[in-house]
Amino acid sequence: MRQYLLSVHFVEGAPTPSDEEMQTMFRETGRINDDMQAAGAWVFGGGLTSPDSATVVRVENGATAMSDGPFAETKEHIAGFWVIKCADLDAALAWAERCAAACGPVEVRPFDDLSQA
Amino acid sequence: MDLASIYRAEYGRCVATLARLLGDINLAEEAVQDAFTTALQKWQTLPPNPGAWIVTTARNRAVDRLRRESTREARHAQALLLHHQDEPREVGPVRDDQLRLIFTCCHPALAPDARTALTLRLLGGLDVPEIARAYLVQEATVAQRIVRAKKKIRDAAIPYRVPAEHELPDRLPPVLTVLYLMFNEGYASTAGPLIRTDLCAEAIRLARELAALMPDEPEVLGLLALLLLTEARRPARLDPDGELVLLADQDRSLWNRPLIAEGHDLVRRCLRRNRPGPYQIQAAISAVHTDGAATDWPQVLALYDQLLALSPTPVVALNRAVAVAEVHGPAVALAALEGVDLPGYHRLPATRAELFARLGRDEEARAAYDQAAALATNETERAYLQTRRNELTRERRTP
Repeated sequence: MRQYLLSVHFVEGAPTPSDEEMQTMFRETGRINDDMQAAGAWVFGGGLTSPDSATVVRVENGATAMSDGPFAETKEHIAGFWVIKCADLDAALAWAERCAAACGPVEVRPFDDLSQA
Repeated sequence: MDLASIYRAEYGRCVATLARLLGDINLAEEAVQDAFTTALQKWQTLPPNPGAWIVTTARNRAVDRLRRESTREARHAQALLLHHQDEPREVGPVRDDQLRLIFTCCHPALAPDARTALTLRLLGGLDVPEIARAYLVQEATVAQRIVRAKKKIRDAAIPYRVPAEHELPDRLPPVLTVLYLMFNEGYASTAGPLIRTDLCAEAIRLARELAALMPDEPEVLGLLALLLLTEARRPARLDPDGELVLLADQDRSLWNRPLIAEGHDLVRRCLRRNRPGPYQIQAAISAVHTDGAATDWPQVLALYDQLLALSPTPVVALNRAVAVAEVHGPAVALAALEGVDLPGYHRLPATRAELFARLGRDEEARAAYDQAAALATNETERAYLQTRRNELTRERRTP
């Protein structure tokens, strides 16, 4: 079994989905979560609050500094994610396909060997 | 004994088998290369089954190496080898292994450039400088693409398997595309000599393997037929001075008859399946070109109409226009090219130039030939276009 991060991204300036679309998205996401748990693929997952609620912590020369906002100053931010475990990339891609249909483009990224152990 | 040709023929099969046994492509490649080095030193005469000898030797080498190493990966690979312990010592090359490796190399999660490079490397046994020459890129770029792709196969756990029947419509096209691109680059090279026979031969060899492995997939047969029928015309494609000869002017007695017969036979087998796809239709067009003393253009046009309906790309529209010109004349063909946009592709202005010339619109023809010659990257093609342009000038000046 290998672990993969499936992440969903929020693009600044993209049109906000309507309430109805949001409801559909939540419903489908809930179904995917249930199916992942039933299949034994589910490790963890959730949606994140907007990037302006993020804080970056840095420690330089023993001193801690904090800054308001996300780490990367980009227009795309991670909006939610799943951590799943499955046999290979094809299995992960099959989950990602369902997630992408529900929430938009999904990045599939394997965890490294040390994390798999 | 010719170790080089044995290497070319057996490398891909041996790597494929070792990759299954070891579960690791890098390790498989190293072990197979080690085994060939050993063969070079040890073989006085050829063993009865060189491929099996290489696989067995490579497997023993890999076991030795894994015993010396104690990483997690090495233990994992050793476990896989132990799992296969009950197999006979002389492990023969297994065709299924190659099929698995082709699908792994052409996995849609890999970049298209990486797919071709990896296929040529792992299945064709071409080395990095050869691949770099074939695609006119820096050796470092090719090496990096291959290293990156192999790392992704390992890190992301791209499975080493043939996709299930229901997945094939998605997974087979990249495999066919890779073989098609490989052949095309050999048949009309971006630069250098116009034709790279070794690359064409390699693509055909792999297409034959694929067709033997998947005899029930009509598009696989269609691709093989297309490559064979195109290759069959190669001996007539250049004149003794190395200049390009158009299909209509080619000496048909130079065409390779056995390849044409094989191609036609495959096209007939496809027709019986009645599941037409783009490669089968292109093969059927090639079959019409190679049937009898002259091309039956109305039939070619009908096939292009079918192809355009199936894959409405600008390249298909361009090729169809050539058939339109033969059936309905150059003016209709020019009209058919309205709105066809292929930025940077010399064949669009070259075709327009030809049509203008046939209509006696020399001024426009010359401009289009100039445009085409400026875009052509291959010297042979550029020379051909310039010759055509100059002939135009001469004809106009001598009444």
